[in-house]
Amino acid sequence: MLAQSPMDILEPVGSVEGRSLWQDALRRLLRNHAAVVSMVVLTLIVLAAILAPWLSVHPFDEVYWDRIAMPPDYAENFWFGTDNNGRDLFVRCLYGARVSLAVGIAATAISLLIGVIYGAVSGFLGGKIDEAMMRLVDILYSLPFMFFVIILMVVFGRNMILLFVALGAVQWLTMARIVRGQTLSVKRKEFIEAAHAAGVSNWRIVMRHIIPNVLGPVIVYVTLTVPEVIMTESFLSFLGLGVQEPYTSWGVLISEGAGQMESAPWMLIYPALFLGVTLFCFNFIGDGLRDALDPKDR
Amino acid sequence: MQSRRLRAIGISAALALLAWAGGAPLPAQAEMVYRIATMGEPKSLDPHFVSGTWENYVVGDAFMGLLTDAADAKPIPGAAESWTISDDGLTYTFKIRDHTWSDGVPVTADDFVFSFQRILDPKLAAEYASLLYPIKNAEAYNTGKLTDPNQLGVRALDPKTLEIKLEGPTGYFLELMTHYTAWPVPKHAIEKFGADWIKPGNFVGNGPFTIVEWTPNAQIVAVKNPKFYDAANVKLDKVIYYPDEDRNAVTKRFRAGEIDLADDFASEQIDFLKRELPNETKIAPYLGTYYYVVNVTRKPFDNPAVRRALSLAIERDAITGKVLKTGEIPAYGVVPPGTGDWGDGYQPEWAKLSYPERVAEAKSLLKQAGYGPDNPLKLELSYNTSENHKRIAVAVQSMWKQLGVQAELVNREVKVHYDVMKENQFDIARAAWVADYNDPQDFLYLLETRTGVQNYGRYSNPEFDQLMRAQGQERDAAARLDVMKQAERIAMSEDAWLPIYYYVSKNLLSQKVEGYETNTKQVHRSRWVSIKE
Amino acid sequence: MSRLILRRLAIGVPTLLIIITLSFFMMRLAPGGPFDQERPLPPEIRRNVEKAYHLDESLVQQYLRYLGGLLQADFGPSYRTKDFTVGQLLVQGAPASFKVGGLAVLLATVLGLLAGIVAALRHNSWADYSVMGLAMVGIAIPSFVMAPLLSLIFGVYLAWLPAGGWGNGALPFLILPVVSLALPQVAQVARLARGAMIEQLNANYVRTARAKGLRERLVLLRHALPGAMLPVVSYLGPMTAALVTGSVVVETIFSIPGIGRYFVQAALNRDYTVVMGVVIVYACLIIVLNLIVDLLYGLIDPKVRTV
Repeated sequence: MLAQSPMDILEPVGSVEGRSLWQDALRRLLRNHAAVVSMVVLTLIVLAAILAPWLSVHPFDEVYWDRIAMPPDYAENFWFGTDNNGRDLFVRCLYGARVSLAVGIAATAISLLIGVIYGAVSGFLGGKIDEAMMRLVDILYSLPFMFFVIILMVVFGRNMILLFVALGAVQWLTMARIVRGQTLSVKRKEFIEAAHAAGVSNWRIVMRHIIPNVLGPVIVYVTLTVPEVIMTESFLSFLGLGVQEPYTSWGVLISEGAGQMESAPWMLIYPALFLGVTLFCFNFIGDGLRDALDPKDR
Repeated sequence: MQSRRLRAIGISAALALLAWAGGAPLPAQAEMVYRIATMGEPKSLDPHFVSGTWENYVVGDAFMGLLTDAADAKPIPGAAESWTISDDGLTYTFKIRDHTWSDGVPVTADDFVFSFQRILDPKLAAEYASLLYPIKNAEAYNTGKLTDPNQLGVRALDPKTLEIKLEGPTGYFLELMTHYTAWPVPKHAIEKFGADWIKPGNFVGNGPFTIVEWTPNAQIVAVKNPKFYDAANVKLDKVIYYPDEDRNAVTKRFRAGEIDLADDFASEQIDFLKRELPNETKIAPYLGTYYYVVNVTRKPFDNPAVRRALSLAIERDAITGKVLKTGEIPAYGVVPPGTGDWGDGYQPEWAKLSYPERVAEAKSLLKQAGYGPDNPLKLELSYNTSENHKRIAVAVQSMWKQLGVQAELVNREVKVHYDVMKENQFDIARAAWVADYNDPQDFLYLLETRTGVQNYGRYSNPEFDQLMRAQGQERDAAARLDVMKQAERIAMSEDAWLPIYYYVSKNLLSQKVEGYETNTKQVHRSRWVSIKE
Repeated sequence: MSRLILRRLAIGVPTLLIIITLSFFMMRLAPGGPFDQERPLPPEIRRNVEKAYHLDESLVQQYLRYLGGLLQADFGPSYRTKDFTVGQLLVQGAPASFKVGGLAVLLATVLGLLAGIVAALRHNSWADYSVMGLAMVGIAIPSFVMAPLLSLIFGVYLAWLPAGGWGNGALPFLILPVVSLALPQVAQVARLARGAMIEQLNANYVRTARAKGLRERLVLLRHALPGAMLPVVSYLGPMTAALVTGSVVVETIFSIPGIGRYFVQAALNRDYTVVMGVVIVYACLIIVLNLIVDLLYGLIDPKVRTV
């Protein structure tokens, strides 16, 4: 029976030789084959996205008049074929990666920050404050999300940063709710009572004890949020509110391809593969992180 | 105890849901049913509020105007069995045929007087009322300058005779009488039911079918009207109209045999459809022009040389032949070929040059206007959300790139797009116009100064305006045609707008359907249709 | 318990009011109006139309007029569909959406729980990976690809089910839409269930129960499962939200006459009253759902009862 939660030993103290919790976690993570493979693949995709202009001979916005909607032609370096406008799909998938990944990561980061703090504070404080804070979440949840985005787009003009903010500002709601739920459970656990008894301040309890303990589901949910954000972005693009031509995202490429599943399947398959693989990677990594961080799972 | 109870609740809830999901079974059908995908939900079943082709399908099967459409969309006698036109072309006298509404009440000239007065009543705020402005005092009454509806140039000489007086000899007037703005509405039903008169159950019309059901977003159902004067020749028992707008979903349902006629399909699918459904894919010329409006109130678009350069660089053949591939016709003018007696579309001299020559000419024009590699012309090209609009815009953007023009593509949702255009807050914007009636005036009036908002680019040329006014007074058809051609030449010599292509209609028609005839108006009345087994 | 319900419902009313007010004014801020279209209205007619719909009044006046109408259960006229009031549209469309949505929630929850629990019980084995991998298919494929794909395979190629249409809600017309809608959520639920289940299985009290010699089945059902369901239950809210958004695609592709489609269509058409109507329905749903979620929480985890 453990005397105190391993989470209390958070920072290495001075020159004491010991393994920190995070080092433990890292070792466990690296032993998870699926997670490691996913991290490698994800890194490759990110690299490919960054190096996009150098990886293909064709510019991403160049129209090839005689190659409209053509299947892959390896001789001419059209690895993935061309789209409805005669542009090389391979390089567009890579440019799409830039946008999709950027949107996914940035928006999720914003939602993580706001959501976790909000949810933990709300769940921990409990009572009337909790209720009021959750009411606010309900209110925001019921707002027609699309209008919120439209209005932002109008007032600030259409740019990517705005997209991040708008998408992040919607996703934090779910994060807050989940964290609050978890906090409600954790709150009653023994080591929290112990910390109370020891006189630790509320803020420190939230930051040092509650939050690290609710991280499990949060991390899992983060890896689910990234794909959700990417999906939502594609839905927006589909409605004409997302990324503008000639830039593109996986969502845009996929919705173009979905309309031609039978006549030009490559237009759907390649971007969908990119998206699918990326999502799988995020999920395996998320799983790995969850397993690695759970102190009781040895 | 807890979890068992939970489980029990869960299972019974699931069973209850499944039972509820069982729903009502489909009715058996031994009748002849025609299923049309109209590509849009009607705004209303009241002919006075109709504004689109999708509504025309539905409402057009339930009402019949003074003239009506044959299978090939040529105007034939409808509610009027004959008519005479005065020598000065200003008075039309119609003899109303003996026929009744679907509830048995006879249709009289008074119904028509009532209908015209109703649609032109400013309080009704009918969107399309302006189409009837050729009628004497129609515009004055509709804009509130006259308040007495009886001053309208429509009166019933007796229950079977209708007299209409016009502002000017309007060459296309008979054609106009087939349009939905000119259809009669049942005075007695409106007086009895008020706004609910078009609700299924109350619905009264004088056409071959009567609407019996409307489930928004699902379907509209009409059944044969036994009291229709020509009911003996109507072969269908029932018509079902589906309002879905997703072209790909509709195509799938067509292939699954759930739809007999689809009003449109996604043009990217053309190669696939020609391969898999060669006999069902029907493409025909359609009276419509797709063009880019240029805001001539903004520099440098007020400079005709700049407009010419932009127009020169658009290779329309590549757009229609390689991007769209559905047989659209490259457009260089305003009026589509085949509109009325128009003949071929306008061709400028420069259309004969080869494309590289045109690009060279365009570059030199831009240079003279002060634009070049060190001072590139930057503009915003806006279009509303649609795969086709996007593809064309991307293509044009790359064509203009050769000239050193940096076009930024702006995609807006449709309401915002038109709001922006209405407010004149754009550089170049995509627009289109489809004929309301088969006459060139319907297109040319878009460039008249007095047209107002619908002349989005605010093109204004007094000579053009004067010619258009003259055609309204011209009695001789050939002379009138000449005047309009002259007007178009003037507008196009100044590149009043940048035409891209003339429309084609794209339909999918099941091979079991008979009585459907391709026509430029895209009007296919179910009255002539039958389904073979 | 009934005190909780009453209190929640009482708070619900002002919440609803705030939602209505925020939505109303936000929507009017968006550019474009219901009468901007390809064939613009001549100015006089436009004036008449706007007058008929009271759009010429000040925003505050319109807002008050709208509220007054609501009190009489009048949601106003639809700008887009003249022949129906918003109330009628909602009444006609809601059953379809709720039917499809309700079945989808059921399917997603049941399948997701099953998948997650099985995966957790066989943690880190091939069964775990393959079950989760399959569940992942739902997340990796967007609904606007899955729906047409299913329609194509089962509706066109195999012709086992209708490719689209509603058929008055008969079962064959429900299967594809419900499956398309539920699939992305199956994975989410499975994830949460698996993660929570694993945590529960390793928790002290479970170890105690096992040490006591309790049958494994009992351990799972009465001890581990309730705790594992907590995150799933708290996900019910967002899941419903996601299903409502997802229903736009599903209703469009399968031609279901539901209100999910109205939401986006009306927004794009600036059909203000229809959007407000759907927002209100949606808001009421969320409030009721939150209540249910909180009650379920109390049922499952007695430590958490918040009264």
